[in-house]
Amino acid sequence: MTAQNMPSGGRLRMAGFRERLADPKSQVPILVVLIVIAVLYAAFYNDLRQGVLRPIFEALPFPSTNVLIVMCYYGILALGLNIVVGFAGLLDLGYVAFYVFGAYTTAFLASPLHDLHVPWWIVVWVAVGIAALAGVLLGAPTLRLRGDYLAIVTLGFGQILPVLARNLDNINVDIGPIHLVDFNLTGGNIGVNPMDPPILPIAGPWGDELIFSNSNPVAAFYLVLVLLLLSFAICVRLRDSRLGRAWMAIREDETAAASMGINTVSTKLLAFGLGASFSGFTGAFFGAYSTAIFPESFNFAVSISILIMIVLGGMGSLRGVVLGAFVIRYLSDALLPYLGSFVDEPIRGLGNALPDIPILTQRLQEFHLTSYNFLLYGLILILMMLYRPEGLLPVATRKAELHGLGISEEVSLGTSDEVAEAATDEAAELQEIDLDEGLEPTTGEPKQPGAGP
Amino acid sequence: MNLGALLGRRRRQLVFLAVLVGILIAFRPSIPIWGGCTDNLNVCLNVVSIGLFQGMIVALIAIGYTLVYGILQLINFANGDVFMLGSVITLIGVEVAGLTSDSSAGSILIVFALLLPFTMVVTALLNASIERVIYRPLRRAPTVATLIAAIGMSFILQNIGILLNGPSPVSLPSLLPKDNVIGQGGLFEFGALEIKTSHIFVVLVTLPLLIGLSWFVRSTRQGKAMRATAQDRDAAGLMGIDVNRTISLTFLIAGALAGGAGLVVALYNGQAWWFYGTPFGLLAFTAAVFGGIGNLAGATLGGIVLGILISLNAYYIDTRWQDIIVFGILVLVLVFRPTGLLAAKLSERA
Amino acid sequence: MTAASPDLLLSARGVTKRFGGLLAVSNVDFDIPRGSIVSLIGPNGAGKTTFFNMITGLYTPSDGSITFDGKTLQGRNGGGKFVLSKPHEVVRAGIGRTFQNIRLFGNMTALENVLVGLHHTLKGHWWEAVYRPKSLLREEERALARARELLGLMRLGKRENDYARNLPYGDQRRLEIARALATDCKLLLLDEPTAGMNPNETLELTAFVRGLRDRLNVTILLIEHDMKVVMGISERVTVLDHGEKIAEGTPQEVRANPQVIEAYLGRGAAGHG
Repeated sequence: MTAQNMPSGGRLRMAGFRERLADPKSQVPILVVLIVIAVLYAAFYNDLRQGVLRPIFEALPFPSTNVLIVMCYYGILALGLNIVVGFAGLLDLGYVAFYVFGAYTTAFLASPLHDLHVPWWIVVWVAVGIAALAGVLLGAPTLRLRGDYLAIVTLGFGQILPVLARNLDNINVDIGPIHLVDFNLTGGNIGVNPMDPPILPIAGPWGDELIFSNSNPVAAFYLVLVLLLLSFAICVRLRDSRLGRAWMAIREDETAAASMGINTVSTKLLAFGLGASFSGFTGAFFGAYSTAIFPESFNFAVSISILIMIVLGGMGSLRGVVLGAFVIRYLSDALLPYLGSFVDEPIRGLGNALPDIPILTQRLQEFHLTSYNFLLYGLILILMMLYRPEGLLPVATRKAELHGLGISEEVSLGTSDEVAEAATDEAAELQEIDLDEGLEPTTGEPKQPGAGP
Repeated sequence: MNLGALLGRRRRQLVFLAVLVGILIAFRPSIPIWGGCTDNLNVCLNVVSIGLFQGMIVALIAIGYTLVYGILQLINFANGDVFMLGSVITLIGVEVAGLTSDSSAGSILIVFALLLPFTMVVTALLNASIERVIYRPLRRAPTVATLIAAIGMSFILQNIGILLNGPSPVSLPSLLPKDNVIGQGGLFEFGALEIKTSHIFVVLVTLPLLIGLSWFVRSTRQGKAMRATAQDRDAAGLMGIDVNRTISLTFLIAGALAGGAGLVVALYNGQAWWFYGTPFGLLAFTAAVFGGIGNLAGATLGGIVLGILISLNAYYIDTRWQDIIVFGILVLVLVFRPTGLLAAKLSERA
Repeated sequence: MTAASPDLLLSARGVTKRFGGLLAVSNVDFDIPRGSIVSLIGPNGAGKTTFFNMITGLYTPSDGSITFDGKTLQGRNGGGKFVLSKPHEVVRAGIGRTFQNIRLFGNMTALENVLVGLHHTLKGHWWEAVYRPKSLLREEERALARARELLGLMRLGKRENDYARNLPYGDQRRLEIARALATDCKLLLLDEPTAGMNPNETLELTAFVRGLRDRLNVTILLIEHDMKVVMGISERVTVLDHGEKIAEGTPQEVRANPQVIEAYLGRGAAGHG
């Protein structure tokens, strides 16, 4: 089975623009439909919730616009981590470190912290740049490390950065030209509150200015949707480029890749840098949308949940990781609370009714489904690894790779026969030699069928 | 003119050392930790001794990481959480036994004597079951898969901790006497050194475990099997070693040690909390890497050194920098000397 | 012939490699005249692949120097400076290789594998990939065409969309060569290219290798165990044993050399010839 007759889920990873168009013919219309639905849903969400469809909305766990926004910006984060882990094969357990850079750059440049109010539309690109730089700097020490050690170092950075964010509100440095007294870089434990949201000076039904923050979730949603689509498009282009091929080669076999002329150092640094830059987008958006950032939001759990998203969706698969982000955020922010509203009460009632069994009774009385979030994550990780390691929407090759699909015997012999015959003739032509003369007679025997390697 | 080429490598090292000592002497008061310590040696000694005892606890957990890594090349993220469950089990045991701070020393001792092996057995079995059910099927898969599964397992264990112990830290009644064994009011005095009963308790539990383990790995058949499997799994299998059983045994031991450490911490700190696994686990892993991953003596040494460092930091600097110090060490070791301090011994030990 | 002589494409002097206490390659001098087909043979463990790996920068020589096309790749150069070329720099200088145990990118198609080989010949910047200027598209088209050309040359045209791990063994070996050729090399190092092939495939490959040199002007260095191949196409044969060069000359001379015979027969190693 070749890639050409694989189901449409498979894709042709070809170099040229024309080849690329050939495959997504079926996918682009689907995408457009989805986007239209999302846009309309967000626009009319409030009306739907209070209008005719109210009973349906209350009965079923439809995501609110806020949840959609979270789903989207985690989608961007997932795309970013996917470049590092999925494309280049570098296991990064500390992606939140870059996220810190993205968010805090925005906080620094667009908030009352230092009374800098650079327009968000500029800040976002600065955040992207700083995050990318952070990616390169934090990735550099890991270049020579093997898989699990690389993971641990990135984990280390992912722990160090949030601590720095929490503690760099009081910098006193007096070296040469640098004279800082009580310099507040990050707002420390209390974070940065408020932050300036993106603003477009366009008047309309929303007032004099269009503010993209949590006071106007529909507008914010459109903004993040645009960012998500932009990120997705960039990832597609990168994947199908010379750099994308180099990343894949490194992931497959780094030594062989180097032996084919790929500069593994610069290619890996590009993976870290470009992957981190997406967290620049997200950090800028997140801070502005929430109009505040707090250091508690940046922790190991964030790094891991993004990893879970790409594991769930399929490492290296762009649609997969975005789907993974959507699913995980939906589960945490919409589905679990929804289910909780049904099961919490009865379970607590049960706890109150039971006699006083140590531990059990108390747990039941305090039961809160949403606090078992991470149990769910853990189960997802383990079950995925055991039963579907390629993810929900895998890249076509991964499924074959991980389920041990091998060479079919018939294909092997058949090809060798055909090729050997045709090849021998053509080779003789090519070399302009007479096969019966140049070499010893014993080698000229025809191959017996079934005698292949 | 290349100065470095002029001086031999040995001489360069000596010069470096001399400069370092010079700085330490000249700028003594303003150097963190060193300044404070040399100001008041008595206090410093006590801080270090506390660190030493805590370090021994860390060493137990670190050995778990290093054993498993040596034999499977797996960073068992869940090891720290097994330790946490050990402390939770201890807490439950203490509650069930109805011990309070007023209980007699005799009854406390009896409960401990029963609870320690019980906890260790439970955590050992837990750890081995995890290996059997989750890690073993993944042995043929790329190592990333097992690492991710270990992370998943860590989450599940944490949630079990929440289930059993609740979301907040729970205190145990204080069962260890606070008196000095060495120092004022104790058996004898030694300068201003203060070693309490609780410290002795830590040593009484951890030291035999460490010694016992060392003997086991070095002298018993199973211990040799562990070392062989760690060096070359396939060759060990070909020599007739039951690789699966050896790996299970490794996990049993790692789990037991983690459980023992959990009991000690529960009693020493007087608290059990589902979140403990993470900081202790990462600290222990750093210790294992620092000493040389796969190396038992290294894990012990690393645990003790890190325990002392943490203690010094807590007293002389500030606990809020603790994470940075620990992870900073981790990152520096992995980047500049991934084989750890005791790298030379790596070939000899499991 | 000196190292700077234009006749010699590759020149190695006193190349040595120690792994701790083990002396894998010991003081080997080795020349490859431009446009020749040269073989490096020896019993298993003689140090042949280690020598290859030093040429390509995967290993650092403990001593000695390797000069390629007039430029020092590894070791002390004319100005006294110590040079160590990394693998990708060696490729850019013009050396391509295949591996003893096939190291294809299994989860990439045959076409993609060859495209990776073309990597350093392409000049497109990564940021251009995002907005796709005409120049980039043209370059990618040319790359595709070239890759297809190479696949056709190796009779793999029909398999361009097959994943490399699914290819039959013989095809995989040929794909590796196609990929190596894609690097536009002047010197091609083939590490046991006919290992595991049946006599027909071996025959075809041997003829092909000669064609490579004749038509594409690629100089070839082979590591081989199959004596028929060695005798058949090598113009010069160098024999390593225990890391040392024990013989060198035409295939006929080497074959008759008593030391070589002892090295092979003395350890019962298989000789097909």
